[in-house]
Amino acid sequence: MSYMIGLKCRECGRRYPKEVIFVCEYCFGSVEVDYDYEAIRRVLTPAALAARPKSLWRYRELLPIEGEPTVGLWSGFTPFFRAERLAERLGVRELYVKDDSVSHPSLSFKDRVVAVALSRAKELGFDTVACASTGNLANAVAAHAARTGLRRYIFIPADLEMGKVVASLIYRPTLVAVEGTYDEVNRLCAEIGAKYPWAFVNINIRPYYAEGSKTYGYEIVEQLGWRAPDHIVIPAAGGSLITKIGKAIKELALLGLLRGAPRTKLYAAQAGGCAPIVNTIKARADIVKPVKPNTIVKSLAIGNPADGYYAAKAVLESGGGAEAATDDEVIDAMKLLAETEGVFTETAGGVTLAVAKKLIDQGVIPREESIVVCITGNGLKTQEPILGRVGQAVRIKPTLASFESQLAGKL
Amino acid sequence: MPVTVRIPTPLQRLTNGQGEVQCEGRTVTELLADLDRRFPGVKERICDESGKLRRFVNVFVNEEDIRFAQGDQTAIKDGDDVSIIPAIAGGSIRTRQVMSPWRAP
Repeated sequence: MSYMIGLKCRECGRRYPKEVIFVCEYCFGSVEVDYDYEAIRRVLTPAALAARPKSLWRYRELLPIEGEPTVGLWSGFTPFFRAERLAERLGVRELYVKDDSVSHPSLSFKDRVVAVALSRAKELGFDTVACASTGNLANAVAAHAARTGLRRYIFIPADLEMGKVVASLIYRPTLVAVEGTYDEVNRLCAEIGAKYPWAFVNINIRPYYAEGSKTYGYEIVEQLGWRAPDHIVIPAAGGSLITKIGKAIKELALLGLLRGAPRTKLYAAQAGGCAPIVNTIKARADIVKPVKPNTIVKSLAIGNPADGYYAAKAVLESGGGAEAATDDEVIDAMKLLAETEGVFTETAGGVTLAVAKKLIDQGVIPREESIVVCITGNGLKTQEPILGRVGQAVRIKPTLASFESQLAGKL
Repeated sequence: MPVTVRIPTPLQRLTNGQGEVQCEGRTVTELLADLDRRFPGVKERICDESGKLRRFVNVFVNEEDIRFAQGDQTAIKDGDDVSIIPAIAGGSIRTRQVMSPWRAP
């Protein structure tokens, strides 16, 4: 049973069938999935949910597939925990981490969007999937497509971190390293997608793909006891995650699953060297001015964000805000999260925590209210920028005397 | 003073299949009004009810996005090259065939 009615233009409201349509034929706006919320309300109750497997597919009525889910059956429902030691360091009362750095199988939140995109791509009859990626999406598409038996073409900027390259290659995709920025890779992929009958998850089946991000938001609320936090700090690359977390909270309110009114303020976090969405929010501008990225945070280095306008709108409507972090602040925040909570996140997670700290210090986020920091990727994939910034092992001979002499002062 | 305007594929049904047409005007607004006089129905596709350029339609005058110039008041002069380009998926796609959304086999 599917609760997906069809597709609908986000700009002019024109309706389309549930096919491979990603842009409105009339006004060129992007289209999104429309659901029968009345019917969903009758079946999606806390009691029904309590009996379901702990994966992102527990919210399947709110996801755009027709039949049973076939991809990413163990993805999602990642740890969500109160971060008391980190809270103490930041001087706040109630702080939580939503930790997708341990998402199955590819260690980032992109497992969510890809689980949904590939389930839908199979329903639509595709045998080949593809993506333009800054790394995490590449890993997720390569991994899920391998297990699903789909042909896979992955396009990345040629200068990605080695961890992300290897974590794609191992799944034997056709990996194409394009000499250019992500924005150039994405533009090329739009041209390739117009010529080859492939499901480009972030382009021609984007309306389905993007819905997977909502599950990150549903889980925050469910794991908080069906309560929406006061503040959520979210990393922004293309801007889709922020938009969909906002949508997720609104949907849960609409379905009567949320305790209290949806009052969560959303905050966008970007690196200073690539902050088009943050700039738009701070200027309260109506258009997103593209930038040329220059940052160690490669997973967020999208200068022309596809959902930048909607992300800025979601943030401003929620009453939230935005801030950017320098590369040094990013590394300090990665170390802080690891030292206090035992979580090794990638540079994007460093951006999110650094920005959360900044917004707290500025008084934008009040210290007494509930705060969620979104950790969306794993630090083992982005080791280059922290090499030489984390100290080194004490090297000794295999004798007690060597141990005690080399560690004198540390024992 | 005619100016060459490049028309994206999805709108060429309204321009009798022509990918390039000649129009006149001193600003983008005037140019689009003239375009609509010559090819009725074009303006309603690229502008909303209030006459503002739709969010996902980019207009370039000599390779520069008019949003970063003077918007629809951007001046046009003889010999300028004007392109109307729908934006999708994080970029302006300056190709011939991209914009017609295709369906799965």
